[in-house]
Amino acid sequence: MLRASLREISAALKEGQVSPVELCQKYLALIKATKFLNAYISVTEDIALKQAEASEKRYRKGQRLGDLDGIPVAVKDNFSTMGIETTCASNMLKGYIPPYNATVVQKLLDQGAILVGKTNLDEFAMGSGSTDGVFGPVKNPWSYSQQYREKCMRNSSTSNEELSWLITGGSSGGSAAAVSSFTCFAALGSDTGGSTRNPASLCGVVGLKPTYGLISRHGLIPLVNSMDVPGILTRCVDDSATMLGVLGGHDPKDSTTVQDPFHPFQIPNITDTSQLCIGIPKEYNAPGMSSETLAVWSKAAGLFEKAGAKVVEVSLPHTCYSIVCYHVLCAAEVASNMARFDGLEYGHRSSADKSTEALYAATRREGFNDVVRGRILSGNYFLLKQNYETYFIKAQKVRRLIVEDFAKVFSSGVDVLLTPTTLSSAVPYVEFIKEDNRTRSTQDDLFTQAANMAGLPAINVPAALSERSLPIGLQFIGRAFCELQLLTVAKWFEEQVQFPVIQLQDIMDQVDAVSQEEKSASFP
Amino acid sequence: MWALRVSSLARAAFCSRSGNSAGLSSVPPFQEDGRGRKKVTLELLDHLERLALVDFRNQEGVERLEKAIEFADQLLSINTDGVEPMDSVLEDRCLYLREDNVTEGNFAEELLKNANQTLEEYFIAPPGNIPLPKLEDRDTFLQKKKPSADMLPLTF
Repeated sequence: MLRASLREISAALKEGQVSPVELCQKYLALIKATKFLNAYISVTEDIALKQAEASEKRYRKGQRLGDLDGIPVAVKDNFSTMGIETTCASNMLKGYIPPYNATVVQKLLDQGAILVGKTNLDEFAMGSGSTDGVFGPVKNPWSYSQQYREKCMRNSSTSNEELSWLITGGSSGGSAAAVSSFTCFAALGSDTGGSTRNPASLCGVVGLKPTYGLISRHGLIPLVNSMDVPGILTRCVDDSATMLGVLGGHDPKDSTTVQDPFHPFQIPNITDTSQLCIGIPKEYNAPGMSSETLAVWSKAAGLFEKAGAKVVEVSLPHTCYSIVCYHVLCAAEVASNMARFDGLEYGHRSSADKSTEALYAATRREGFNDVVRGRILSGNYFLLKQNYETYFIKAQKVRRLIVEDFAKVFSSGVDVLLTPTTLSSAVPYVEFIKEDNRTRSTQDDLFTQAANMAGLPAINVPAALSERSLPIGLQFIGRAFCELQLLTVAKWFEEQVQFPVIQLQDIMDQVDAVSQEEKSASFP
Repeated sequence: MWALRVSSLARAAFCSRSGNSAGLSSVPPFQEDGRGRKKVTLELLDHLERLALVDFRNQEGVERLEKAIEFADQLLSINTDGVEPMDSVLEDRCLYLREDNVTEGNFAEELLKNANQTLEEYFIAPPGNIPLPKLEDRDTFLQKKKPSADMLPLTF
């Protein structure tokens, strides 16, 4: 039951096979048992149990609010949650309690979903490892899977647990780890340059970044306004469609959500793959990609071809400049967005009191980590009067070239693009921190940020296990607002590859044993 | 077979980072140190600290900026003649504006709760209109960065 998909558990709740309170308690116990993963910044145990009791009452009266009623979900700690601390994993916002809910959070709650906690991330979502937050790094659940441990045991150099635990990717690593380790059925992430798809890939879960403008950003603490999109992490593609159905649509509180009516959908099964055209962008065969990832990508292309789909090589000529362009636009918007953190109205406040400016400077020095400061400073550099044309306007022009590359490919008849999500599978933490954050983000966002620049929907689907028994994910990129088509293809692929379930038996057994004990204790 | 075709795609297809193909605009000259790395002046660093209201903290912070600039410089070689800058992918749509009606409010107390220092219905700030102290009197790493021979001025 714990490993059920969102849809399965929704059906089980409806039929009364499981009660919301029972389910919530199990999941809270699992969160405790997996505390060492550091996936959650705060666990909202009391609130969750209250919500579960309310849900149970509704079920008894036959008044369930929606498909998510009674289902435990988690939310990345950069979405505002009313009455619940929202930190962005930064000293700057420690203790900050938003007086309102982000629209996406409100939509989940309106459906009766149970919020079990706020998940860990890189500070202000700037990073690709979930290693640079003030609450410490998130550990990839696959580090503790039987599949990976067995491979480690055979290799004496990596049998040491301290040296072999893996990063989750980021910045939504807490959400990916939570979904992967069965401590929630779905989680919200955010995706500015790949922050949902990247950890989804490394943690072996489905990560969807919808089209820019389809889901409200109101209450998502902004990083890059023109690229930020709330992301959806689930254990299967069908579940991401269910979540999208709840979250999508115009929000009067976010003027960048489009007003076109949004129709929630269930994913149909493809019956005729011969009508499908899959594009393989040749520029994505980039230096640094692992041979395993390349092989999985090739195999996937072969799968589509064998099933009768048209598979064509396409070119997105400005791909290699995309990450540079992203770097400049991101820093510029960060510099502007981070200006709001001054210590006066909310968040950390320094004790400096000589002048307002001195207070701002001291507050920001104490509140931001080096990565955030670095981006603020470089953003300010790119925006200097004498640099504005050279860097910022130039990057905006290059952005148009990148967007046009995609438009050309899609107008040539390609339905969906198939690419790798990351260069390789998850690396051990000790390896990851050898490079600085910017270098890492450059490598890790390589295949993902272009979809943000172009505002296109993109999804990571787990494809295979590597030699070391770690997940390798592939990315599908679709036409803007064509989520139905994108998810249909993703689901077909998911069914073909039958990605293995993560084996966390030891942890699950432990939880089962505890709940058995509790039962026998309360019923002697 | 696709398996073979993808594998045989030339890795060189990914544009080479330093590649300057024909038709690219010329890159403005930079002052570089001996290792070919661009150096920023103390004046510029000071200016940025004042604008950004965050400090560099240490030499690594300065190097981080230099690397970020170096990385961004790859953009300069791309031909963007006649290309309009793009602010948003929704540029071809009307931006939604709601009616200018008050829909919520009276949250003053709620909002003030998150502030560290308040008085009645006010946020408290220290005296304003006082610029940050000069470099010499400021608590910044840059003080220790005396101008030296390897700090060549950057031309704009």
